[in-house]
Amino acid sequence: MAKFKCNICGQTFEADKMPDKCPICQADSSHIEEVHEPGAEPKAKKKGLDTSGNVYTICYAAVMVIIVAFLLAFVSSSLSSIQNANVENDTKGQILTALGYDKATVNVGEVYEQNVKDSIWDKESMRMMPYEGKFKTSYGSAIKSGELHVFTATAADGSKAYVIPVTGRGLWGGLWGYIAIDQNKQTVLGTYFYHEGETAGLGALIGDRPFQEQFIGKPLFAEGVEGIALTVVKNGTPKKGEYEIDGVTGATLTSNGVAGMIQDGLGAYITFINYK
Amino acid sequence: MKLFSDENKAAFSSPLNLNNPVTVQVLGICSALAVTSQLKPAIIMGLSVTVITAMSNLVISLLRKTIPNRIRIIVQLVVVAALVTIVSQLLKAFVYDVSVQLSVYVGLIITNCILMGRLEAFAMQNGPWASTLDGIGNGLGYAWVLVVVGFVRELFGSGKLFDYQVIPDSWYVANGGWYMNNGMMVMPAMSLIIVGCVIWAHRSINKEEK
Repeated sequence: MAKFKCNICGQTFEADKMPDKCPICQADSSHIEEVHEPGAEPKAKKKGLDTSGNVYTICYAAVMVIIVAFLLAFVSSSLSSIQNANVENDTKGQILTALGYDKATVNVGEVYEQNVKDSIWDKESMRMMPYEGKFKTSYGSAIKSGELHVFTATAADGSKAYVIPVTGRGLWGGLWGYIAIDQNKQTVLGTYFYHEGETAGLGALIGDRPFQEQFIGKPLFAEGVEGIALTVVKNGTPKKGEYEIDGVTGATLTSNGVAGMIQDGLGAYITFINYK
Repeated sequence: MKLFSDENKAAFSSPLNLNNPVTVQVLGICSALAVTSQLKPAIIMGLSVTVITAMSNLVISLLRKTIPNRIRIIVQLVVVAALVTIVSQLLKAFVYDVSVQLSVYVGLIITNCILMGRLEAFAMQNGPWASTLDGIGNGLGYAWVLVVVGFVRELFGSGKLFDYQVIPDSWYVANGGWYMNNGMMVMPAMSLIIVGCVIWAHRSINKEEK
């Protein structure tokens, strides 16, 4: 015998098995549910682990967290040297891309070694000092602390060039880039931009060559504009001059970020750029 | 037990069509919106989600009898996050270019509701092999919707497919033709409308089978 309860009339009754209809109010069997005697069922049903106890839950969570933490720490520390080498190589590749090399086809490490020299522009003495420290993969904090890195280099077409690292903020996160300028510090030879996490297919297009190639041959300065003139404007607006570059459609904030990065980034180097 | 019993086959094939995570369950819409303005990111995202759903389904299914009921969502989340982190670390060390491509998607994969939905609804009740199949099926079911949306948006939004110009340059107004790209297609809002159309088409085709 089992006990059943009808949810329509609220009565309980006994039967051998689930009845088709409630014997009291004739409600359909879907409204009837079996009632378990308190204390009778749960113990008999239990087998194996008791996974609902407090102690078990806490231990489980603790063990899981420790295992995952060790796993992640192990993976991260065992791979970090390879990853750092990759990042360093990629940064050198980005600098070479700004200089007009194709980083996919050349041996990045070798070409960088032969053609690029890492230097620091000293604002006080207006002189270029060779940089002896470890190769940096990001320049935001260095520029902020007054350590103005300039890469003196030979561009892909054989001319002398300077590469200036710049950093800024896009819509979702950081932006950075390398701007190669010619020896006279008047014209852009090439650029490379990348981002932490701009929207794929929109803002992320600034990381693609078609956007970056628009900058090639553009002037840094223009008559009637104070400071750095080179900037990015909304795609489709009429241009005031050569120095305005088309932004990415649908990614106005990212494009503004690039404009800000160029203006502020090159602005920080203005003593270097104006020095003849 | 057969490797491809009817139930296992159903676990794999139903999410592709009748029980599609995007068009029927309407899960994972947020990432479908973010990455579909071009075909390439849509495919990368679809494949990443497939791999991660299959792997996390497998792990959770193996652990399912030991997981305390009250913290099961936390356990699932930890497994997914740990898996995604490890995979992205490995990619960063051995195929750096792919990891640069994937950088944005990693966060989107962890927070994808399809993952949690499948772990909670399927992997917690079923065996490892069936769960893996279910994960692959759901990932692919998600991927095809993304590819359809990405195809429409890239074709009409920028006249390209896989970044390759398919609409002839001479058609464009700028070159004396009559054609113009539809700027609306590039906007995220348009992907919702396209997903809506896909759902509409999919449901009216499958009306009788339900």
